[in-house]
Amino acid sequence: MKDTSPESREVLSLEAITKTFPGVTALNDVALSLYPGEVTALVGENGAGKSTLVKILTGIYQPDGGTIRVDGAETRFPTAIAAQSAGITAIHQETVLFDELSVAENIFLGHAPRGRFGLIDWARLRVDAKAILERIGARLDPETPLKELGIASKHLVAIARALSVEARVVVMDEPTASLSQAEIEELYDLVERLKAEGKAILFISHKFDEIFRIADRYTVFRDGEMVDAGRITEVTEDQLVEKMVGRTMDAIFPDRTFDPGPEILRVEGYRHPTEFAEIDFTLRRGEILGFYGLVGAGRSEVMQALFGVTRPSAGRVLLDGQEIVIRSPADAIAQGIVYVPEDRGHQGAITALPIFQNVTLPSLPQTSRHGFIRMAEEFALAREYTERLDLRAAALDQNVGNLSGGNQQKVVIAKWLATRPKVIILDEPTKGIDVGSKAAVHAFMAELAAEGLAVIMVSSEIPEILGMSDRAIVLRDGRIAGAFEREDLTPEILVRAAAGYAEVA
Amino acid sequence: MTRFLKSREAILLGALLALVFLAETRFSGFAAPGNLVRIFNDTSILIILALGQTMVILTRCIDLSQASNLALTGMVTAMMNAAMPGLPVPLLILVAVGIGLVLGALNGLLVWKLDIPPIVVTLGTLTIFRGLVFLVSGGAWVNSHEMSAAYKGFPRADILGLPVMSWIALATIAAFAVAVNRTSLGRAFYAVGGNPGAAVYTGIDVGRTRFWAFVIAGGLAGLCGYLWVARYAVAYTDVAGGFELDIIAACVIGGIAISGGLGTVTGAVLGALFLGTIKNALPVAGISPFWQMAISGTAIIVAVAVNRRRTPGRIILKEAKA
Repeated sequence: MKDTSPESREVLSLEAITKTFPGVTALNDVALSLYPGEVTALVGENGAGKSTLVKILTGIYQPDGGTIRVDGAETRFPTAIAAQSAGITAIHQETVLFDELSVAENIFLGHAPRGRFGLIDWARLRVDAKAILERIGARLDPETPLKELGIASKHLVAIARALSVEARVVVMDEPTASLSQAEIEELYDLVERLKAEGKAILFISHKFDEIFRIADRYTVFRDGEMVDAGRITEVTEDQLVEKMVGRTMDAIFPDRTFDPGPEILRVEGYRHPTEFAEIDFTLRRGEILGFYGLVGAGRSEVMQALFGVTRPSAGRVLLDGQEIVIRSPADAIAQGIVYVPEDRGHQGAITALPIFQNVTLPSLPQTSRHGFIRMAEEFALAREYTERLDLRAAALDQNVGNLSGGNQQKVVIAKWLATRPKVIILDEPTKGIDVGSKAAVHAFMAELAAEGLAVIMVSSEIPEILGMSDRAIVLRDGRIAGAFEREDLTPEILVRAAAGYAEVA
Repeated sequence: MTRFLKSREAILLGALLALVFLAETRFSGFAAPGNLVRIFNDTSILIILALGQTMVILTRCIDLSQASNLALTGMVTAMMNAAMPGLPVPLLILVAVGIGLVLGALNGLLVWKLDIPPIVVTLGTLTIFRGLVFLVSGGAWVNSHEMSAAYKGFPRADILGLPVMSWIALATIAAFAVAVNRTSLGRAFYAVGGNPGAAVYTGIDVGRTRFWAFVIAGGLAGLCGYLWVARYAVAYTDVAGGFELDIIAACVIGGIAISGGLGTVTGAVLGALFLGTIKNALPVAGISPFWQMAISGTAIIVAVAVNRRRTPGRIILKEAKA
């Protein structure tokens, strides 16, 4: 590596970038610089703002404030095409390619070589595709339909596509997340080639071993802010973890004393063909059990199986000591297990229905007589639970679509409490809602546990896991990577167990 | 009350009244009570079918096979009546509804169990049912003189100044108004169409709910099969050909969102009446049938444009990943 005053030759720099979504500040005054022939690792917890940054870099989001400079000149990326023509290309976690098209077509989609009359020059397209694939050392036939390739090969196609537009900046968003060890090695080789060609690489990863192996620089994000940046040689793994999780516990969590009741739920040998395996845990009345892990670690998948949305291939579930079989969400609800999903937009509230109808939807049998809903009882039930959750709405017949994110979340939680469950599973209960609503949800969870309800809380926010759980289970790659009592919980332990970095003492 | 005045039903009611008023200025007597009752009676079948279709559309599906279902059930009852004039009419009505239910269940099962898109399923059954009419009848007509007086007379029989057909339509409207608002299934139709993902997580079986919507639409189409053939006193292969589009048009004009989860019984009824009134008013105003088609089509597009401004609610946090 030659190092000739790199600060002066940064290809891309971001200054004071800010991006807010309703109720959330995703990025606050962040800076980032990328240099030719160098790999910059971007690290941070889930929700630290990494994906938002990638979307700003690739023209999918527009920042609310700040400057983007390419070669020192101020610029904007109003569209994905604009970012691409500025030489910025991204390889996403989930590759965004077209399954039905061939490798060559995928590489050149949108900028295929043209021949006479502006028609696509297929012969040249194939030759060019072959040349690029050779350049990155990929042994792929350009004619192969993409759907026949594995994930690793698809990554290669994505990288070939990136090179075909003469990219100068390559963003890799967790490129090794779904690769085998051999494939990862190949990817590292490729990164070295790209470096040698002088590309500036932004490498997003949760895995510390690979960061220290291939990165030249690092940038740490936490809660939407840039915490630190520097040369990788000047930092240790421990320091990086510390910067990532931070030392501040700014959110205030309710005081609660855990008074464990009898065991209510026991899961044994739970396994799914593709998503998880060897899941064993127990849950007691009055307990809040945290589930931590990286995105894609299989936490939601386990919960969805418990709720009957998907079918596990093996394992037993015991509720109150009785083995139960859950074939559908209706079965789970009937048994007293309810699930508040993470994706509220698509799985939570029915925005075109009024608040009270959303709340009572799973409880209609209780408010019906002879098959007909009693509106008065229905309304009373909805009122009882929305009041308990301190829902602020003009009227209960207002459509849920008009509520804020925090209030929509309250509607969904109220809906489940109205069924009087035994076990409530909350998947990222405070994701994307404002601080005030967050505190309300936390206080309410504490209250539920105190009343003897058993709560499972899936969360990617370390402070939330630390502040709320009586016990925490960490999943990694679909398996339990560790289970910790409240007194043993530290941010470092969670991060290490989740990332598989070092042995947890 | 103010809320009603702002609703799309109120807008539609206003448009309907304006239409009647306009027709009255061109043709005195159009707005006379007797004529309005006649228009309602003429529109009865469309109203009943549109209510069935509304249930299907609410669940984010569509049923293109209603008119073919109607033709098939109508033909079967007409042939039964011609062959055995002694069979009581209520029995024939039961047969019609029964066949309609089975045909609807077939649609529903294909959508539910095989997960085929509803438009494809019902496009297929539209053709199949219509083909079956020909197979059953051999292409022959059942004419008025072959039908028994009781068979033809029942829909026209007068009760308290209204024909039985109008009473059936009123009863259907009343039944739906209650069922849609006061039963779990009615609520499930809205939930499934409004947000299928959320419906699953609420313990609602999306496929089963859609199945029941198709069954209901089919049963009503069967009922209308008898009503149509008895009223017009003729059964042939092409009965109600193309009528499926009128039904869907009535729903769309009535503000039933084709994207599902949004719409009311009142809307569907008003939509059907609006279309029925246009079809009645334009001929008396001396407007050619081709203009009628253009005007009906315009009404559909205007209705959709008017409905568009009401978004069914924003989905927050489409992109929560930061």
